[in-house]
Amino acid sequence: MITKRIIPCLDVKNNKVVKGIQFKNHQIVGSIMNLAKKYSNDGADELVFYDISASTEGSIVNKNWVSKVADVIDIPFCVAGGIKTLEDARQILNLGADKISINTPALINPNLISQLSNEFGSQCVVIGMDIKFKDAEAYLFAKTGNEKTAYCTNKKAIDWLLQVQDLGAGEVVINAMGQDGVKTGYDLELLRSLERKCSIPIIASGGAGGPDDFIDVFKKTQVDGALAASIFHRNEFSVGQIKEALRANNVNVRI
Amino acid sequence: MTVAIVDCGGANLRSVQRAVELQNMKSIITNDKAKVSSASYVILPGVGSANSVMQSLKSNNLLDTVKHLTSPVLGICIGMHVLFDQSEENNTECMGIISGNIKKFNPELNIKVPQMGWNKVTFLQEQVKKLDDYYYFANSYYSQIYNHTLATAEYGQPFAATIQNNNFLGCQFHPEKSSHAGKRFLNYFFNEI
Repeated sequence: MITKRIIPCLDVKNNKVVKGIQFKNHQIVGSIMNLAKKYSNDGADELVFYDISASTEGSIVNKNWVSKVADVIDIPFCVAGGIKTLEDARQILNLGADKISINTPALINPNLISQLSNEFGSQCVVIGMDIKFKDAEAYLFAKTGNEKTAYCTNKKAIDWLLQVQDLGAGEVVINAMGQDGVKTGYDLELLRSLERKCSIPIIASGGAGGPDDFIDVFKKTQVDGALAASIFHRNEFSVGQIKEALRANNVNVRI
Repeated sequence: MTVAIVDCGGANLRSVQRAVELQNMKSIITNDKAKVSSASYVILPGVGSANSVMQSLKSNNLLDTVKHLTSPVLGICIGMHVLFDQSEENNTECMGIISGNIKKFNPELNIKVPQMGWNKVTFLQEQVKKLDDYYYFANSYYSQIYNHTLATAEYGQPFAATIQNNNFLGCQFHPEKSSHAGKRFLNYFFNEI
């Protein structure tokens, strides 16, 4: 059967990899190429690059680094941030990305999802869902690359999930904003509440602090992959160490 | 010794070309009939949909050219699907080089569709067992296991991961994105088909 995926996430700002806590206070953690090569050699199943300079500043920025990444790694990777049109997506895919992920532009124009899916195939189209609780209900947030621009939409997470699925999305990343960078574990309750209705692959995001969090998310939910940033960027654990721990706990991973 | 990577409009041309370069082979990306016929190897990279790939081959007058190739041909993902008789994806009539039909994964088997990620591939014959490994898949449609199946994988049910009929090799996974396993598989294509 298919293996569970471990996906390092690289937030990119001005051509450097950065990391913040709960989407704030971004610090430079390294160069795009060095980290891409390192994670790929460590056994990452794919990589996600989130260009946070793009989505909050309203423009698609210079993406030449995408083709450089495509030249140095031989695993799939996804690019997110600032993709608003079919042409933006085509540009990124032609530079060598395997998937594109969209968040705010899909919330503003849901039909973009079906256009992308018809044009490039659903396997290319990932929807990022940034979620926070308000009155015990999970809502979607938009423009989350910068705390000043982030706002709560009136869309409930479960409704949006069903809608993007119908429109032809090939995968969703469920990002629990409250858990971002705090390393206290994935939001298992949120994931369980969403996965019941989900027929496309789900990637868990936000909260990974150590091997036990990965073991928990794969043992206690049905997610297909888990995304993490801080623990890899700070060399607390390698992708290989996480996978060894998962295999020792009978989670099917590629080693 | 040139490798013709057929431009069917898909977006993974660059990655496929890069993977070919790593095998120390010269390649061109083309949809020119003469260049495809005279190439030592031909790759159908296939990203998009079965009908868009068929449409592209047809509009470049490549259908007969590809069917009659005697050089080694590798169809990747949808590039493999179009070698069959027919695909359920928009009910597309395909090239009929390999008999059989391409079907859509059935979500009732308790699987997510599309299949996305690394799956374990098992080769059926002893001489290619060395290629057993995890490969990267991203597909909603698949070939069931017919007699030309070279390797299988499981996704709700067993399906064909690699097929071969004479000089035509097809893989459902993406060797260009399958790290070391993909390199070994491409090496097999260039040296043993």
